Amino acid sequence: MEENYSLSHLRQLEAESIHIIREVAASFENPVMLYSIGKDSSVMVRLAEKAFAPGKVPFPLMHIDSKWKFREMTEFRDRYAKENGWDLIVHYNKEGYEAGVGPFTHGSKVHTDIMKTQALLNGLTKHKFDAAFGGARRDEEKSRAKERIFSFRDQYHQWDPKNQRPELWNIYNTKVHKGESIRVFPLSNWTELDIWQYIRLENIPIVPLYFAKERPVVEYGGALILVDDDRMPDELAKTAKMKKVRFRTLGCYPLTGAVESNADTVEKIVEEMMTTTQSERTTRVIDFDQEASMEQKKREGYF
Amino acid sequence: METRDKNLSITEFLDKDERKDLLRLLTAGSVDDGKSTLIGRLLFDSKRLYEDQLSALERDSKREGHAGEDIDYALLLDGLKAEREQGITIDVAYRYFSTSERKFIIADTPGHEQYTRNMVTGASTSNLAILLVDARHGVITQTKRHTFIASLLGIQHVVVAINKMDLVDYSEQRYNEIVKDYKQFLTGMNIPDVNFIPISALKGDNVVDHSENMDWYHGQPMLEFLETVHVDADRNFDDFRFPVQYVNRPSLDYRGYAGTLASGIVRKGDTIKVQPSGKTSQVTSILGANGEQDYAFPPQAISLTLSNEIDISRGDMIVHPDNMARQERHFEAMLVWMDEQEMKPHRQYYIKHANNTTKIRFDNLRYKVDVNTMDKHEADILHLNEIGRMVLTANKPLMFDPYKKISDTGAFVIIDPVTHNTAAVGMIIDKVSDKDMASRITDVEREKIYRGEALVDPRERELFYNQKGSTIWITGLHGSGKNELAYGLEKQLFDMGATTVLMDGSTVRSGLSRELDHSPADRAEHLRRVAHVCYMLNEQGIITICSFISPDEDIRNQVAEIVGEDRFHMIHMDADLDYCKSNKPEMFEKAINGKINYMPGIDAEYEKPQSPVMTLNPETKNKWIEEVVNYLEKEKIFPLE
Repeated sequence: MEENYSLSHLRQLEAESIHIIREVAASFENPVMLYSIGKDSSVMVRLAEKAFAPGKVPFPLMHIDSKWKFREMTEFRDRYAKENGWDLIVHYNKEGYEAGVGPFTHGSKVHTDIMKTQALLNGLTKHKFDAAFGGARRDEEKSRAKERIFSFRDQYHQWDPKNQRPELWNIYNTKVHKGESIRVFPLSNWTELDIWQYIRLENIPIVPLYFAKERPVVEYGGALILVDDDRMPDELAKTAKMKKVRFRTLGCYPLTGAVESNADTVEKIVEEMMTTTQSERTTRVIDFDQEASMEQKKREGYF
Repeated sequence: METRDKNLSITEFLDKDERKDLLRLLTAGSVDDGKSTLIGRLLFDSKRLYEDQLSALERDSKREGHAGEDIDYALLLDGLKAEREQGITIDVAYRYFSTSERKFIIADTPGHEQYTRNMVTGASTSNLAILLVDARHGVITQTKRHTFIASLLGIQHVVVAINKMDLVDYSEQRYNEIVKDYKQFLTGMNIPDVNFIPISALKGDNVVDHSENMDWYHGQPMLEFLETVHVDADRNFDDFRFPVQYVNRPSLDYRGYAGTLASGIVRKGDTIKVQPSGKTSQVTSILGANGEQDYAFPPQAISLTLSNEIDISRGDMIVHPDNMARQERHFEAMLVWMDEQEMKPHRQYYIKHANNTTKIRFDNLRYKVDVNTMDKHEADILHLNEIGRMVLTANKPLMFDPYKKISDTGAFVIIDPVTHNTAAVGMIIDKVSDKDMASRITDVEREKIYRGEALVDPRERELFYNQKGSTIWITGLHGSGKNELAYGLEKQLFDMGATTVLMDGSTVRSGLSRELDHSPADRAEHLRRVAHVCYMLNEQGIITICSFISPDEDIRNQVAEIVGEDRFHMIHMDADLDYCKSNKPEMFEKAINGKINYMPGIDAEYEKPQSPVMTLNPETKNKWIEEVVNYLEKEKIFPLE
């Protein structure tokens, strides 16, 4: 049999990600994989399963539940974790939840800060995780182009752009002092198209919200928002119209705009992507707050 | 976004896209060379940019742009707010684009002198480097520096992009001059494939399409070259090296050795050897990312199972028995210093190499290289961005190859033991034979020790102090009474008119040996230093009183050798463990709870000395000092007469 020693870009990315994931398992005492239930998380989770096959992944998944996620997301999360034997930690900001914090009443900035950023930091501190995987990619946004794969965080989980370690070859500096931690981004070198390609190639299950379907939506803050539950103010909810829409990213339902679309397969999504005029993050309402807002959030520990 | 042949269906397009390969490249050049403009154009012209990013760009250009009315491509690239305000790129940025032929990852590195470390970082993962040269200025110091670094990091393909051809009237003559200059300088560099392309990034000449302004140039435009350059063969497929990254033992039925293939091919059924243990076995299965496979090649991430159970852990190296990696503690390497804090030559750093992390010492900086002239200079230490050839010694043998032969097993990083910063990175040249190495006590040292060429006559010194410079070495378990004796003895001798210096573990470890821990290797180094201090003080006629657990007979013998056998007087504090524990319980509790390691009597051995001059035990505690003073008198150590 003729042997072939070349690896496609996708298989190279896959191998690199598996190497990174194994390195964390081998070097840290208490790692966790942050699971956002989005398409990138789905790819990352699959890569982790591959890294430790035929065994079980030696660290848990943690989902930071803002309590405003799409219902289909939580259903998908619970089903996926159960069917695939993952330890799943669901963490939320109890105080914020009991105080009724939400995007409709408190605005996106306060909601994001309390229910996402603070919840994440508390979750990491509570479980004393010393390494946390995230599904961020460098091509998502300008300020991420220089992000390290192993991104160092101080004891307050903060990111200091001036205090990041050089990364050479595939040798990652995993040394941290007690209380400090590393965020690890195994998908750093993947592009959006790579993610879709991989989902297609590997038949990776993703939340059905990514696919176009008739759904009730309202116009809110310049975006199409899904009427997902009865917490949407009535005067807004009653303006709902059925439209064939899908979501390019998934987050809190009041903060995530839908796009009108007919794409109901991965192929059609890619086709739409290739001809579209909007990059994926523009459907995330939180990014509009201020320029360089992503960078600001990163410094505060959100990513 | 990318161009797509309209005749392909989306499925056909995706099937084709999925099979594309990957080229990782580095771009180096300074702000003024038009590097960002070139990258911006590659991204732009390959339709990578979304329309909304473009509209944001037009807005930004008006506010902060430096390119007048045109779109400032550089603004597309500079990510972080701080650096956009500064107007320079300050770190390695990674960009992604693809064409119908290939996917590309660009490591974009700034070219200023102080940013050698950025280029080294970008180069470490790149197959190819684009070096930008301003056609008006030609080959300048910076071009040489970039070429040297590309060569040092083993980049096989270099493209010299002679940019701003529009500003030299697209002159062929100017192009030829620069090519000639560069080739002259290239001799001695280790780059097999060098190409030259005349471009204007700003105007788009020879970037994507052939330039109409330079019909004298018959080579490929930049993008076409990048799409077609062959890089697969750059990998080493000959020498099988598999550094074990993770031992996967999900159940009793499966024990897999997981990791990323560094080089060579491994096939099912192969006989393999494990380094350092030397044990052999057969490969029974290879589990890849997509199931079982018959063979594996780099850079696949795999999991091997073997025919028999042998003890293998992370950091071990699996090889073919007839083709093994070097297995040595001593080696020479080119080192690039990456940290703001300069090298501390006597500090032990961590080294991370092929999934091993251990401690390392810098033995000898043979020279440092001036990256601008390639001249070699003598130096003691390296500072940020400096490059030098270093002899290193690891605490345990490492399995490595020369970097030139296999980069994955020849590359390492050095980590600061205090800050945990990545202090330096290195590329192994080769091993150093043991006889080239300084042993713990060098011949020169030994000679000096016995020669003693002082101007003051030792006899005069003895008479002056009325004592013989000697070392009283008190050894025993923690809590056995060493310090009680040492401090009491010092007081007694002082009162009697002796001149003494007292040293004990906590004082020496808080200063002279502060970077060392209690592991056997560090303990040896710690005591070696104490021994040298004793030697010096004894030479000056001083009596040293030393209180150290010093649990190993070998080390105590080495101390005796350094101090001089005739001046070395060892007292053994012989107390049983129970006594010691009740005498000083705190430390023992910590050791039992695992808070401190290598505690003699708990998780390290204490070897009783074979021939102490005196053995003291707790029953005679009240007489200890008296006995020692009598001994010193009897031996005519103090008083002399």
